[in-house]
Amino acid sequence: MTAILETKDLSIAFGGHVAVNGVTVEIPEKKFTSIIGPNGAGKTTFFNLLSGQLSPTNGSIYFKGEDITKVSTTKRARMGIGRSFQITNVFPNLTVLENVRLAVQSKNKVRYNIFSHFKHYPGFEKRSLELLDIVFLKEKANAIAASLAHGEKRKLEIAMLLALETEILLLDEPTAGMSVEEVPAIMDVIRNIKDEGNRTIVLIEHKMDMIMGLSDEVLVLYHGELIAKGTPAEIVENETVQAAYLGGGV
Amino acid sequence: MNLRRVETSTWIYLAISFLLIFIPFIVTGRSMQFIFIQIFIFAIFAMSYDILLGFTGIISFGHVMFFGIGAYSTAVTLGRMDATIGSFVLGAIIALVIAAIVSLIVGALTLRLKSHFYAMLTLALAGLFLVLAEKWRSVTGGNDGFTFSLPEFFRDSETMYWFSLLSMVLIFFGLRRFTRSPFGRVLMAIRENENRTESLGFQVTYYKVLASVVAGVVASFAGVLYALSLRFVNTAVFATDLTIDVLLMTIIGGVGTLIGPIVGAGLVEFAHHWLSGLADVHWIFERWIILYGIVYVLVVIFFPLGIVGTIQSKFMNRPVRALRTNRKSDGKKENRKGA
Repeated sequence: MTAILETKDLSIAFGGHVAVNGVTVEIPEKKFTSIIGPNGAGKTTFFNLLSGQLSPTNGSIYFKGEDITKVSTTKRARMGIGRSFQITNVFPNLTVLENVRLAVQSKNKVRYNIFSHFKHYPGFEKRSLELLDIVFLKEKANAIAASLAHGEKRKLEIAMLLALETEILLLDEPTAGMSVEEVPAIMDVIRNIKDEGNRTIVLIEHKMDMIMGLSDEVLVLYHGELIAKGTPAEIVENETVQAAYLGGGV
Repeated sequence: MNLRRVETSTWIYLAISFLLIFIPFIVTGRSMQFIFIQIFIFAIFAMSYDILLGFTGIISFGHVMFFGIGAYSTAVTLGRMDATIGSFVLGAIIALVIAAIVSLIVGALTLRLKSHFYAMLTLALAGLFLVLAEKWRSVTGGNDGFTFSLPEFFRDSETMYWFSLLSMVLIFFGLRRFTRSPFGRVLMAIRENENRTESLGFQVTYYKVLASVVAGVVASFAGVLYALSLRFVNTAVFATDLTIDVLLMTIIGGVGTLIGPIVGAGLVEFAHHWLSGLADVHWIFERWIILYGIVYVLVVIFFPLGIVGTIQSKFMNRPVRALRTNRKSDGKKENRKGA
């Protein structure tokens, strides 16, 4: 199995606190990998390192064999690493359509054109509406993003991520803060992306039914360290993982 | 160009611009024409500030330095060369080039900073330009300034009026296209959420620097016209008061609207003129700045989106409505936290 993303001995410390400690993993291409762990395990920090929001204090990150440890967030996005955020992260005062259109614009490398009207790219709007359809938000295309419900904002984020057509999708707790009724819709969206089979998806989640139902492989972080790795079934049986989750110590 | 695709608002703005052409035939007094000229000039200056504040979310307290560069470049060129159109064009080109270079350097060195640090740094830089202008008396004339001759073309008040009006209209439509370009949409994204824009693959710093260059060049052109309209320049063109004035014009008119700063410039200039003119009626009007301050506070309380922003919010269902809703809900959240 080819690894698309690798970390070697990846660590980051904030003062005396080591948030991620010597993590070495290989994320297989076009597979669904989940990262779990109790609160404070370093999952989001690990994502921030992968997407370039944070620079590691030690270790390296490789994308398709190329060292990207010192590559900026922007360049990583352009290379094919896209991410969604744990805290809803959209453009609140722009319309839903405009939010996605910006991502489509970036994907099409229309970046410094100051002369044309943005509506001179009708293809962008068409593609944006297709993506909004995928996440069941097409009817809200002209709504202001700030007026969406929390679950809808998460869907919008996924649409923006899909618009970038990145090879890797890093999804940071896409169902965080959602009501029980909203979760299945997001799960459907993610499952549909997985079923297409052409993306590598890395998911951070706390909802175990979601992890078990979607993942090919599960990584378990605890106090910043990788304590287990395996299929969902293997992870459920893993005594170290059970101890970490039940508070018995590792 | 397909005329059917031209927006209604464009026709309205063109119609208003057309009507403004006839003002000099109705208002023949030089002082009133001068007020209109000042409005057009400050509208250009305020629109340039709107590119920074309203569209990119950059707060600058030193924007006046570009205005001063424009005013001095023109004045020095016309003061030292024959007063011809050629000298004026040369002065204007020098102004725009210097403003572009300065804004590029300042932007590239400082726009990586978070907004409040950038705001304070620009304030310091504007102060530096002011001190430089005061000390370099051989060129600037210091606080006393100097007068200069205008090319024959601009000596007539009506011509100056039409030239300023034409400049304002062209710059308005130019900036409108700029903000509606793919580039302009990214600026709005930066205003909304800088980190998110970066994670979409846009080099945020490049956009901010280019926005600051455009704003600097336009502000510099406002300075060029300002010097022409006064036929005089002194270090007051670098005073921070002018930045505060355009900030007020932009906020009162409505940030992120472009038309708002024009409305704001008109209101502030007329308020200035009328309030100070009422000094003969009652002594309190000698302190017109107090009344001006009260009006400003009332506008900010009752029209937090500015006049144009409020109208757009009420009648056109523009995104600013959500902005207001956000502000209200943020306030409620804060109150809850406080409770």
